[in-house]
Amino acid sequence: MLRARNKTGLVFFPAFDWAISPTHPEREERLLYTQDQVFEEGILDIEGIIEYKPDLVTKKDVQRVHFCVPDLWAVMTESHFISAGGAKTIAMAVMDKQVDCGFALVRPPGHHANRVVHGARGFCNVNIEAIMIEYIRKAYGVNRVAIVDTDCHHGDGTQDIYWHDPDTLFISIHQDGRTLYPGSGFLSEMGGPNAVGSTINIPLPPNTSEDGILHVIREAVLPILEDFKPEIIVNSAGQDNHYSDPITNMNFSAQGYAELTTLLKPDIAVLEGGYAIEGALPYVNAGIILAMAGMDYSHLKEPDYNPERIRQSPEVNRWVEKVCKKVLENWYKRRQLGEMARGDNRFIERDRKIFYDTDNIYERQHETLRVCEACGGALRIDSEAQERKHILAIHIPRNACQDCHDQGLAWYEEADADAYDKVYLQDRAADVMKEKVKPA
Amino acid sequence: MIIGLDVGGTHTDVVLLGQEGLVRQNKVSTNPADLFTTVLSGLEKITDGIDPQCIKRVVLSTTLATNRIVQQRMPDVGMIISAGPGMDPELFRTGPHYHVVSGGIDHRGREIAAVDADEVLKVADTLEQKGIRYVGVVSKFSVRNPVHELAIQEALGERFEKVFLGHRIAGALNFPRRIATTFLNASVYPIHKEFFEAVVNSLAQKGLNLPIRILKPDGGNMRFDASIDHPAQTVLSGPAASVMGTVAFAPQSDTCLAMDIGGTTTDMAVLVNGVPLLDPMGIKIGEHKTLIRSLDTISIGVGGDSVVRVVDGQIHIGPDRLGVAMAYGGPVPTPTDAMFILGVGEGGDLEKSREGIQALADELGIDVETAAQQIYDKACQTILDEAGAMVERINAKPVYTVHELWEGSRLQPRHIMVLGGPAPWFAKGLERLGDCPVEVVPRWKVANAIGAGLARTTCDVTLFADTEREIATAPEESFTKTIPSSYSKADATAMALDLLRKKAIARGANADHLELEVVEAMEFNMVRGFFTSGKNIRVMAQVKPGLIHGYDPIAEKIMGDHFV
Ligand SMILES: [Zn+2]
Ligand SMILES: [Zn+2]
Ligand SMILES: [Zn+2]
Repeated sequence: MLRARNKTGLVFFPAFDWAISPTHPEREERLLYTQDQVFEEGILDIEGIIEYKPDLVTKKDVQRVHFCVPDLWAVMTESHFISAGGAKTIAMAVMDKQVDCGFALVRPPGHHANRVVHGARGFCNVNIEAIMIEYIRKAYGVNRVAIVDTDCHHGDGTQDIYWHDPDTLFISIHQDGRTLYPGSGFLSEMGGPNAVGSTINIPLPPNTSEDGILHVIREAVLPILEDFKPEIIVNSAGQDNHYSDPITNMNFSAQGYAELTTLLKPDIAVLEGGYAIEGALPYVNAGIILAMAGMDYSHLKEPDYNPERIRQSPEVNRWVEKVCKKVLENWYKRRQLGEMARGDNRFIERDRKIFYDTDNIYERQHETLRVCEACGGALRIDSEAQERKHILAIHIPRNACQDCHDQGLAWYEEADADAYDKVYLQDRAADVMKEKVKPA
Repeated sequence: MIIGLDVGGTHTDVVLLGQEGLVRQNKVSTNPADLFTTVLSGLEKITDGIDPQCIKRVVLSTTLATNRIVQQRMPDVGMIISAGPGMDPELFRTGPHYHVVSGGIDHRGREIAAVDADEVLKVADTLEQKGIRYVGVVSKFSVRNPVHELAIQEALGERFEKVFLGHRIAGALNFPRRIATTFLNASVYPIHKEFFEAVVNSLAQKGLNLPIRILKPDGGNMRFDASIDHPAQTVLSGPAASVMGTVAFAPQSDTCLAMDIGGTTTDMAVLVNGVPLLDPMGIKIGEHKTLIRSLDTISIGVGGDSVVRVVDGQIHIGPDRLGVAMAYGGPVPTPTDAMFILGVGEGGDLEKSREGIQALADELGIDVETAAQQIYDKACQTILDEAGAMVERINAKPVYTVHELWEGSRLQPRHIMVLGGPAPWFAKGLERLGDCPVEVVPRWKVANAIGAGLARTTCDVTLFADTEREIATAPEESFTKTIPSSYSKADATAMALDLLRKKAIARGANADHLELEVVEAMEFNMVRGFFTSGKNIRVMAQVKPGLIHGYDPIAEKIMGDHFV
């Protein structure tokens, strides 16, 4: 009988009856061939590979992460409850030690969803990894988490949610933002003033192939993880780095994804993007599952796989090596960089403009952060979406110090409900969500 | 009239059913070493003095092939496998005569690497030199496109007695299971053929030309001659007979548990609105996970004759059986002995039972009545717990659409129906310890044979259409048809039902009373770039498992004659 070396949990939720629109790249057909391949290979019959039925997330699970505008029901569909629930199911199986590791093959994805949600960005409404992570933090007392986002697009939503959190290491490997949506994720984006260094961006040039991406994992990601010592490693396992992906320009392969998984050893992998639904996803997903389970994947190749044809150029080699060096340099300098960013300020403010490409919404944010060396810092976001709602969102971090907690509560108390459509308080220290609504 | 015959581990039950109800019932001892003789003597006994012309059908439920597989007395079988990229096909090796050849088909049924006929011929030479007579041919994704299996078969020519092709055995995807199932079919083929011919010839010699059918693990049956091409489908039909025995008496608009409590084991299944649930994957035989459809049943090692022991001050029941209860001269105490002491059961030698249970009571430091009560409760509680776990497992099965997850109601059985030798005795304990009413199936001792006799002919069809490739296929039926690009899910459903109707009639179903149902119908837009290039449609349809049309008066009569 075939047996997995690592007990591996799977949630398979292809959402065969849900899509944004019939010809959208993120649609019903997306996981069809993956499911065909996984079924035909008999992977679910392997002893030690356990398939779970997805749970649903609760309203509270979502509110731990997001400020949904105007409310949760406006931004979540049934599919989002299930896809985030699928990630949660896998995380619980891992935390309960029913399995050694797990992979949620779910859709829709989530890594472009920010903390404040007015609509959909990059096919994402809510951040399913963040909802999962904040759930296991609450339920299992997990503190230090590393997220390695291997989707071809910058994981800007996850970055936004963890920008001020020193306990969450977010590493995003992606095609350079000057050449691909969402246009962010540069080396200089290293986290907010209270958490400099805990966000790491590794932008790679178009046409990076196996050599480059695996080099990044070996030379930059693994040493940093070793240093950070996370309690769990989460892989945002987007598969659009594939050489046949229609909406990106990278040259990664199924063998490469499997090898990456073997090197990274994620506790939990959550499917993100990947739109080469026929030529890549079936092989990449099967490869990732086998790699997680500690099984042989050397026979698993795309029918047209030819490593010579997709080999990266010497210029790409040089770029990749240079980026890795710089990333490590920043990592080792992160404390000085943090001190410089904070300076003598008590509060640091920033203004941002956010575009929701899927729903065509423009949002302006004015953010105020309490500078703090003891915790992530109280955070106040004034957010207004053009011709839509204007809200005030106050976030008190999970490990808030007393001063930051007091500051967050004070901001909430003094906020003028008349001036906004809604005022939110996300008090993570007390694990409550409160709202003040404009009087009628 | 109808004959139902169920070969059990100890006894073979035979019933003769007519419009007047249960006309005769017989039990003959099962000779595991010679099932042919067992079946024959059962049939002879039940037909004694009956005009064979009056017998409209005979349904056999046997575990013949299973025994052969479990005992591993199988002939050498050659396997030719074409896998393409994916898992290493060596992982699914069935034995020494397993050959991997080139060729590859992808998930949409497109060729990605060709078959090499010369390579196949070399394999054929090797197999022939080894004296192999039976060959299985399986290629990956052959249920999407069987061309490679057909090409290999063609290259093999007439050199082997029988060649089994993977795509003919089941429409579902699962390459390792397809390999195992094809291998099993080829392996049990000679013994099944021998059994088939021996039964038919012996009956003919006695002037009995009986229309014989074989019960399948999915609770349906097929004509005896049709079983020659699907011999592995005759395995493990015993539990199916039991379940079908309860179908006639199960509530038609509620969920119920069926439990066949035997000497060694208790077999359980769930019936929803009178229809038994099917296992979504396929039956497991020994080490082999297969694609053979079956009812979703579990078998646990608790029965009337299970061995009762005290281990570390705790009562343990089963899973083994060393003989009958001590009351009937058996060697060790059993739940049946406990029930005699409690006055629940009857017959047998009460003193012997008391002697056996007393020894256990001494070990536990309690009196014999208390020990008997604890044994009885433990046996009933174990059955209830396992039933609960089965329902939990069914409720936890993954789903793949929003609709199913959102709307899918949880199963909650509200009746228990029991049959089998000690059924009435267990019923009282199950009702007391459980939380729903327990009924004993009428004619509980032979209800399994009645179930076999009244079971319907079942089969299923999987149809797959690809409007971009302009092709509809049902490889299991060797059906391929060109379709227009306007072909729809409704067209596919109609086509699948048409194929199913023909298949069911060919397998022996009554054309006037076919209950067909669509199990799954899905349609996907295939988008290339940002344009729809075609539709990918999948339809699966089946004959609903159930009893033959017109059984109601028979069942009513059986229920009426209160033998209980
Ligand atoms: Zn990324
Ligand atoms: Zn992406
Ligand atoms: Zn603080």
